[in-house]
Amino acid sequence: MSLDTVKPAPGYLEHLPVEYQDLVKHGQYGKKKKVSDMGKFKELIEEHPMCAGCAMTLFIRLVFLALPKPEHTIFVGTAGCGRLAISQGNVPFIYGNYGDTNAVASGLKRGLELRFPEQDKDVIVMCGDGGLVDIGFQGLMHSWFRHEKFSTFMLDNEIYGNTGGQESGMTTKGLVAKMSPRGKVDDKMDMLGLAKVAKLDYVARIVPTNPARVVRTARRAILVAREFGSTYVQAYTSCNIEYSIPTPDVMQDAFDKEKKDYGFEEHISDRAKAYLDDIEKKEKAAAKAAKAAKK
Amino acid sequence: MSPQTAEAKSNSTSKHVNVPGKPEGWVPAGDLQEIVTLEEMQKLPKETIFMTGSEAARESIRRANVDMAIAYPITPQSETMQQAGYLFDEGYIKDYYRAEEEIGTMSAISGASRAGVRSLTATSGPGLMRGTEAIASWPGARTPIVMLNMCRVINTPLAIQPDNTEISFLLNTGMLVMHAENQQDFFDWPLIAFIVSEEVDVTLPCTVSVDGFFVTHARGNVAMCDKKYKIPPRDGWRNAVPSMDNENPPARISRDAPIQKSNFISYHMHASWQQEVFSAVERSAKYFDKYLGGLIEVVNPDAEEMIIASGAAVSQAREAVRQEEEKGNKVGLIKVKTIRPWPREQIIAAAKHAKVILVPEFNQTGWLHKDVCTTLYGKSTASIYPGPRVFGGMTMPTELILDWLKDIREKNTSRNHF
Ligand SMILES: Cc1ncc(C[n+]2csc(CCOP(=O)(O)OP(=O)(O)O)c2C)c(N)n1
Ligand code: SF4
Repeated sequence: MSLDTVKPAPGYLEHLPVEYQDLVKHGQYGKKKKVSDMGKFKELIEEHPMCAGCAMTLFIRLVFLALPKPEHTIFVGTAGCGRLAISQGNVPFIYGNYGDTNAVASGLKRGLELRFPEQDKDVIVMCGDGGLVDIGFQGLMHSWFRHEKFSTFMLDNEIYGNTGGQESGMTTKGLVAKMSPRGKVDDKMDMLGLAKVAKLDYVARIVPTNPARVVRTARRAILVAREFGSTYVQAYTSCNIEYSIPTPDVMQDAFDKEKKDYGFEEHISDRAKAYLDDIEKKEKAAAKAAKAAKK
Repeated sequence: MSPQTAEAKSNSTSKHVNVPGKPEGWVPAGDLQEIVTLEEMQKLPKETIFMTGSEAARESIRRANVDMAIAYPITPQSETMQQAGYLFDEGYIKDYYRAEEEIGTMSAISGASRAGVRSLTATSGPGLMRGTEAIASWPGARTPIVMLNMCRVINTPLAIQPDNTEISFLLNTGMLVMHAENQQDFFDWPLIAFIVSEEVDVTLPCTVSVDGFFVTHARGNVAMCDKKYKIPPRDGWRNAVPSMDNENPPARISRDAPIQKSNFISYHMHASWQQEVFSAVERSAKYFDKYLGGLIEVVNPDAEEMIIASGAAVSQAREAVRQEEEKGNKVGLIKVKTIRPWPREQIIAAAKHAKVILVPEFNQTGWLHKDVCTTLYGKSTASIYPGPRVFGGMTMPTELILDWLKDIREKNTSRNHF
């Protein structure tokens, strides 16, 4: 979509819903927004029907903010809680069968490359831990080993939230959940390890305790995927309902979790690092120049 | 020129991805082909070549201007899809890969089709069953995918033999279902399938099913135009619903998930979405009629004994008709080309004179017989016989059909009818 597509034909703007007018006048299209800008512009995603305090929504909101080109982005999701929020965003969303995300995204991204050879289109998979490592494991692995050019964001709440709290491959060992009445028998699956084995160019693990870091991480994952191939971001997004975390304590839980076994990790290949350094240096220089011009 | 047509034009020379190892300046063979409409192609001078069904499918794919082909090997489909690999290598197909398995295949090809490019896959019995969750979601996603289906046994004991039970699982999905008789159909019909499924008022997936081995691995005469021609590309801007390309003004709605809630509005939305899909199946009939020269073919329309068949059973029935003719008996034949859209009115009209109807099938359950009975109930006084049926890889000797006819004439009561 060209940025012009966002703008209605002359004379129409005032007849559109205020929501849309705000998106055109105060949206993030064509502008790079920072976390500190939040509340001062019209975000791509605002409303959602998820549980109050669900940490997933915070993470999803930050990824939308991080999109380098929302006007050329397509989200691919699947059954699971996250889709309830992602589908409310102003970005096309494919809601596929449970676990089909990385196969759908493979075909979609290749198809878009054929149709728009001169235009980068960012394809982003975003869904739950169960959708990726249990039912969707095969598709996930093969998309990685094929180095398909899209990013995968796991909303890791370490449980099947949407179906009411059954254990998933990402649940930690010993946890008593639905369908693990004696405590989960096996370890949490080491997806970061598998991502490294598959030689992904960008792999990160993150807890949304530092919003600016989430935005930077998401942006990097998307940009590297565009250029080199599969990237993976695994984000802890607690399910306060199934883990009985009182809403006011959700952020404290995130800090605790980060300290306990979910510390920030970022693995970048040499070529991806050179590429990102180049982009980030240029962006910094441009920002500096803009600041100087203002003075 | 509208941006749409401009894109359609430039499509044939777009960037090629994943074609390593080609020298500088390599020109994909597909770019050297001349585009002709399907109608024009059908009228071009033809050469007749004696070839297998798999080879016929390959020649069809060569002329089909396919953007993306994704498949997982399975006998008896493998022959065709590995040939498609060579076509990709030559540059007749723009992108191609061997997927991880069939859920992955059928999901990936739906992603490709959603991107707005012409998408092809193929499978056989067990592969089709494995991919069915994805396949059943294609029509609602309005993805004009063409899936070749080389029929194969699906039940235990595991076998690679032909048996077309799997077609019955596609009949209620909202996809278009063609059942090809022979090698010639398997060349002609995939081209028709692409053009019809991509019509704006259709925008639905289509399967061209064919009986495995009998057609795929046996040779027959196939008349085809020169390989320098191909049909026009898919125009990704012309669909019943927009492609998932983010080329539309943003809106807080995801086409694929209009039903996020459980309330009466969402139920109605889902119901009307389904109704529209099945209406689109009906709307495809006019296009099939045009390119196939009728949804059915009728031999000896005034005969009192008729055979109604689809797929390879038609060839066996043709031979039975010929042998009966030698004996001085007139037996009629209705070849059903499209199972979906189902040619209800055409069958009722063609079976008008029938007193006895036979429905020979290559499966145990008789899915064609069921549709024939439902169609003719209250419209015909003919006795409709459920057979002969062969399955598990058995052939259908013409004598079997002749025996049934004989038994019926002699009022042998062991043959049930409806
Ligand atoms: C083929 C299929 N099997 C099972 C389901 C049921 N199902 C829907 S969501 C879900 C679990 C979701 O868990 P996860 O992917 O971790 O996402 P979360 O809801 O926790 O965000 C399951 C099992 C389904 N929709 N489709
Ligand atoms: S069930 Fe859990 S993961 Fe799902 S929306 Fe509620 S809090 Fe979030």
